[in-house]
Amino acid sequence: MSQNGTQELVPVNIDGQEFNLPKGMNLVEAVNTVGKEIPHYCYHPKLSVAGNCRMCLIDMGMPMRDRATGDAILDENGVQKIGWMPKPAIACNSNVSPGLHIKLESETVKDYRNGIMEFLLVNHPLDCPICDQAGECRLQEFSADYGRGYSRFIEDKNVKPKRTKLGERVTLDDERCILCSRCVRFSSEIAGEDVLGFVDRGSYSTLTCYPGKSLDHNYSLNTVDICPVGALTSTDFRFKMRVWFLKEANSICSESSVGSNTVVSSREGKIYRITPRRNDAVNDTWMTDSARELYKQVEEDTRLLSPQILQKEASLDDALSQAIEILKNDKLRMVGSSLSSVEEQFILRKIAKIKEIECYFLAHLGAEDGLLLSADRRPNTRGALLNDLISDVPTSRLDRLEEEIKLGLVDTLLVIHEDLSLTGIDAELLKDLKIVYLGTHTNSTSALASVNLPTLTVFEKKGSFVNQSFRLQKFNQAVPGPAGLFPDTLILTKLLSGISGEEFISPTVDLIWEELAASTPELNDITFHSIGTDGIALNADRFRNLQFPEVKSLKFSIEDFRATEDLVPAL
Amino acid sequence: MAVSEHRLLLKNVDQPGYETDIDCYVKHGGYEMLKKAYTMKPEEICSEVMDSGVRGRGGAGFPAGLKWKFLDRKSGKPIYLICNADESEPGTFKDRQVIYKDPHQLIEGMMITAFAIQAKLAFIYIRGEMFGGARILEKAIEEARSQNLLGDHILGSDYSCDLIVHRGAGSYICGEETGLIESIEGKRPYPRIKPPFFPAVLGLYQCPTIVNNVETLCNVKHIVEMTGKEYAKLGKPNNTGTRIWSVSGHVQKPGYYEFECGALTYGELIYDVCGGLKPGRKLLALIPGGSSSKVLRAGERFKGKLKDGTAFDWALEDIPLDFDGPMAAGSMSGSGAVIILDDSVDIVEVLANINAFYAHESCGQCTPCREGSLWLKKVTTRMCAGNAREEDAELIESIAKQIDGRTICAHGEATAWPAMSFIHKFRDEFKDKAIKQAANLDKKPEDFIHLV
Repeated sequence: MSQNGTQELVPVNIDGQEFNLPKGMNLVEAVNTVGKEIPHYCYHPKLSVAGNCRMCLIDMGMPMRDRATGDAILDENGVQKIGWMPKPAIACNSNVSPGLHIKLESETVKDYRNGIMEFLLVNHPLDCPICDQAGECRLQEFSADYGRGYSRFIEDKNVKPKRTKLGERVTLDDERCILCSRCVRFSSEIAGEDVLGFVDRGSYSTLTCYPGKSLDHNYSLNTVDICPVGALTSTDFRFKMRVWFLKEANSICSESSVGSNTVVSSREGKIYRITPRRNDAVNDTWMTDSARELYKQVEEDTRLLSPQILQKEASLDDALSQAIEILKNDKLRMVGSSLSSVEEQFILRKIAKIKEIECYFLAHLGAEDGLLLSADRRPNTRGALLNDLISDVPTSRLDRLEEEIKLGLVDTLLVIHEDLSLTGIDAELLKDLKIVYLGTHTNSTSALASVNLPTLTVFEKKGSFVNQSFRLQKFNQAVPGPAGLFPDTLILTKLLSGISGEEFISPTVDLIWEELAASTPELNDITFHSIGTDGIALNADRFRNLQFPEVKSLKFSIEDFRATEDLVPAL
Repeated sequence: MAVSEHRLLLKNVDQPGYETDIDCYVKHGGYEMLKKAYTMKPEEICSEVMDSGVRGRGGAGFPAGLKWKFLDRKSGKPIYLICNADESEPGTFKDRQVIYKDPHQLIEGMMITAFAIQAKLAFIYIRGEMFGGARILEKAIEEARSQNLLGDHILGSDYSCDLIVHRGAGSYICGEETGLIESIEGKRPYPRIKPPFFPAVLGLYQCPTIVNNVETLCNVKHIVEMTGKEYAKLGKPNNTGTRIWSVSGHVQKPGYYEFECGALTYGELIYDVCGGLKPGRKLLALIPGGSSSKVLRAGERFKGKLKDGTAFDWALEDIPLDFDGPMAAGSMSGSGAVIILDDSVDIVEVLANINAFYAHESCGQCTPCREGSLWLKKVTTRMCAGNAREEDAELIESIAKQIDGRTICAHGEATAWPAMSFIHKFRDEFKDKAIKQAANLDKKPEDFIHLV
């Protein structure tokens, strides 16, 4: 069934009023386009239609026509009669067709919803005060909107298991489950691991894992996201924070080049969870479990929290002047990072240009899962290509740099985030180098560095990444960085000023973008502000023949990428 | 007896010396119609069935010929035939008579049908509890196969079709045709959403499938024998052929009886055929078509107009025993299970029993049936346990209305209709329950058997 329908708009009568809706679009989605809502639990835009919750029951009808002649059947006023269906129909299993008549606000429709709400609550424990879902719970919302407000149920409620560990990361409260089967469908249809099912029947139906299986795949927490009630809970987030206290910031996942869209939720500067944000061109409504753990890096023990000169804590000013002194050296090379944002890489490029030196990038590769974890485990390799920091796909060893060091062409390195022990360069060679390290965490390189300049994680700053499909996506600051730490862009600009002797003004992201857009053909006419929540698909024609490591993910395939031309009109 | 039985399907059933083996069946003229059918064109058989007007005997009464017509023959996918032998509607025990006592009649009917719709493969989905029946069918199929009456190149023709017995695991919902299909596919028998999953288009393994009841398929054999036009002369227009009625409850001679449709009334069935009520008892109510059909109360008058425009004014005893009679009286003939209740029953206990059944058998897929059926059970069980409230009657009615018409399959109606009709017809009895209990008058005799 087509979920999205066509571009063609056709007239649909909603509660007596004419609207134009996209032909063929699922009715639940289609009414949203004109600001109306059909409440639902089991329907999910990215899963097959189950039609079991019955919350979206509405009255439906079509204009009547004579079966033999096809002529319209008119009433006494000459208006075409509407053949209303004798029974209510579920909207989630219906598509927009021309002339469709639906009722969303009639007394009968209110009664359908009222009845379903009552049924859903009769065996529901109503333990909202201790439920993690409270505040973002469909049962609560639709109860308030369509419910009865009091209970007619005086019998004993069913008792079911309260805390079943379905897997490493998911805990199930069966009493809260409304058996919508979203999680079951997700596991078999999207994650491709059919592990969930129901046992027992009727009202005693219970969600569980198949014998001998557990919900341990790397997408298990998506079942928690799509659970419309508080049945499936994240073991990590369980009982940690009431959701209404959480401040949300749109972000981009930095786990791999897929660049899943996320929401980072925090309270008082502390991140509590990361959840996916819908982007039909990137991650639909999903993300990996592993990426949800990334917020833990913010408070890791290995975090670099103060500037250091020769491994001793120093003021930022001192550390910067020391770094500038070192970087003035002519035998300087840079090791950049695909963890850096497009903006940070742009400033790095300026340094590279002034010094007329090459910037090395190290590839971080891993196994692909075909969904949302791609081979390139860095979010912004494409950004470095666009910025002309690199002209080819990074390699997993920096043999050429090693060669240069051996030949004595290099005695100073500016290293961004990278751990040089992973580059394949002989550790003995590194010992004699002067290293300026910029990064969020300590590593074997920061331990060798003459100067360490701490920077911010993706959660503590704003900027943009370019994902594997050359989609420019921006992330916002979710939490403030640790006291005394400044954004990478500021640190890099200070270094640039010192090295060039020219004063660059304080770099807001918007200002960087003015230059960035002017100097990069693919980014012409783009401002940081103009990057929408869905991102912008960039022209990638310059890069179609590069040997990228990614093969396939949910919305990307290397063959399509190579074959596609003029995906976006050439600039 | 005013009307005598017309035994078409049950002709040989219970006859002394009649056995289930193929030799006995052939000796009684068996498989002659299969041979005749294979000299006809498949379309000819279909049109005979269409002409016969035979309506489905499973419960809904949908014309079988029309059902076959909806079959998607253009898709190029294989066509399947399934015999629904999951007879589980409380009160119904007609299909098992054929299965246990005349299995070859069913096999002959099925193989004619399979040929008529050009099925690739045929199944008999038999109720889990009928393990003896499954064994009998297995044996009969082996016998028929050994005589080339099914399997490869049946009777030397180009047509091949095998027949497989598939046993259910004991669930009422497996009798719902899409639930049954899911069950054969090896899944939980969750009924499918219609549209788009009409079996004639998207059935077993997403292929066009015909699901017919045992009795319906047996009738196909007799239609071929008599021709559709002659068959249509049995019974009444729109109610053609004979039907097997399963009579249970408070009558002297409960059992299964086969009559031409409309040949007699419910009153004649009770008093003439079944020997009347037990001495000293009065008729209280009648459930005309299995426990899911709406109850009819004795002493009521049923007035209205039939489809053909003739007005009627019936007492309960006057309702004709056919498809349209009970329908006109506001109920249905369903699976042909007539349950007779006399004045010795506690009507609340009856509903409590029915509610317990439907709550137990709800598959749990969709909300109204899943939650509503158990709620209904809990209310009526509480009422019977001595905690009835006056407002319970209204509550039961309201819960049932919230189920009716809002579910994926007809189990919703099966749950809601008894509850709605019991309250509709016996509202005072339900209300009095609380008053009697409060006054300690709701005493039961010592040998009283509680139904729930």
